[in-house]
Amino acid sequence: MLSQKKQISVFNLPIGTQLVGKWNNHRYLVQGMLGKGAIGAVYLVKRTDGHLVALKISDQMAAISSEINVLKKLAKVQGGSPGPSLFEVDDWTNAQGESYPFYTMEYIQGERLDHFLKRNGIDWLGVLFSQLLTELEQLHHAGFVLGDLKLENVIVAKNPTRLRFIDVGGVTMFGRSVKEYTEFYDRGYWKCGDRKAEPKYDLFSLAMIALNYVYPKQFKKTNQPKQYLLMKLKQSNLLKPYHVILQGALLGQYQKCSEMKRDFQKTSLSRINKNRVSMMSQSDPSEPSWLEIIIFSSISLILFVFATL
Amino acid sequence: MKTGRLKQILLITDGCSNQGEDPRLVANIIREQGITVNVIGVLDQNETESDSLVEVEEIASAGGGVCQIVYPQILSQTVQAVTKQAMTQTLQGVVNQELRQILGEEQTIEELPPDKRGEVMEVVEDMTETCDMELLVLVDTSASMQKKLMTVKEALIDLSISMNSRIGDNKFAIYSFPGKKKAIDKVLDWSAKLNKLETVFPKLTSGGITPTGPALKEALHLFGQSGLLRSLRKNAESEEADFSF
Repeated sequence: MLSQKKQISVFNLPIGTQLVGKWNNHRYLVQGMLGKGAIGAVYLVKRTDGHLVALKISDQMAAISSEINVLKKLAKVQGGSPGPSLFEVDDWTNAQGESYPFYTMEYIQGERLDHFLKRNGIDWLGVLFSQLLTELEQLHHAGFVLGDLKLENVIVAKNPTRLRFIDVGGVTMFGRSVKEYTEFYDRGYWKCGDRKAEPKYDLFSLAMIALNYVYPKQFKKTNQPKQYLLMKLKQSNLLKPYHVILQGALLGQYQKCSEMKRDFQKTSLSRINKNRVSMMSQSDPSEPSWLEIIIFSSISLILFVFATL
Repeated sequence: MKTGRLKQILLITDGCSNQGEDPRLVANIIREQGITVNVIGVLDQNETESDSLVEVEEIASAGGGVCQIVYPQILSQTVQAVTKQAMTQTLQGVVNQELRQILGEEQTIEELPPDKRGEVMEVVEDMTETCDMELLVLVDTSASMQKKLMTVKEALIDLSISMNSRIGDNKFAIYSFPGKKKAIDKVLDWSAKLNKLETVFPKLTSGGITPTGPALKEALHLFGQSGLLRSLRKNAESEEADFSF
């Protein structure tokens, strides 16, 4: 690979490294690595004011510039900007005199979605997905798809508990070819459509997050990719409450986020109600409910009236 | 924004050339003609990066293109990523040349302040998305590629999904080498879709010769004809700049 030598330096910055911006002279102290992707590494860094922020640095100028352009556009989206907010853009020059572009953004703290679901139960899936769909909807309204939506690119943020996306590397303007994708989450790979950026592309990937959760090792396509995918979905008992919705997304039946969100909300509501009914039927028989007291007393009242006649 | 046409050769091979002209020399000549040469080296399952694949990096670098050495499992994603990356790289080169003319010898995109750089890169990205492209794929079908050819076929069909999701037009041609009588054999003539590939993908050529240099040389000629005709027609239609120098 042409850039293999370079990768060693930006992809392995040791804790304690100080990065100084070439243009703005701001200092960042590396606290640890948050993630490594196709086009760069993300570090947790401390600013001189003590704040912790995320810093993405890359050896691919074209790709990172394009990401920065996207983050700038997202900042202008009305009704709260989706995704992490962008703080600063600069270059870092290493000891060898090579320059690497970087940007800093909001550090979104949270838990991996799969860990969260394992601890709290599958009922959270509908709720978290509805929330993410709200954020996605804002993005779609601005004319972009998220593109590379996958398990690793979302995080369950705390207070309030909310599913957020943390990587905008795949964000693509409607009508163009999706900039970055991951095979398992890509409808092109499953022969379920092309790679043109449209809302349905993201909805497909969202459904694949659920499948990746129940099949942590993922699975490869067969000769009939689409049928195989639907079969894998049907085989999952855990996802049963969401079968219809997820299948709809895989087949491209939802035109926009709001339609899929509505169905998730319905399902979540009906499951809560079902739980409520079962809880009531399980309630202690020795403790009469108000309804029973009223019925009991009205019957005795009627009997009393009849008896006195 | 309407831009010119990009021309690329994508060479998919698993080893060293052993017959005919030096492929690095040919790649250099091809680059002079405004055509980029990208190379994907396909490793065997148990192989670590071997010396025989050093040559493929040199070919790509001589051809002004991108090189990746990968295992078959990730071939599909690599083929489309390399093609797109090479497009961006070529267009970036064009823009850099313009910048030097406007702003002086030493000015390149990399040296601009981040804000300005972002604006320039947005233009490059627009061009990458909207430009028309001609891609000639050269597939090594010598004996050692035996187990990898199915994967190569899949990857090429997948590439056409990615490319045809762009706004710009595409033309693909696929050739295999070594050919039965010539250096290369035609698998698929210039066309916009690769669906036909399912049925016409080449059988294996027996024997251990890998005439990479001669194959590249033939490929250049194929381009010449098709490129010239198309560019004449294009010029008649519009006065747009053509980036195939």
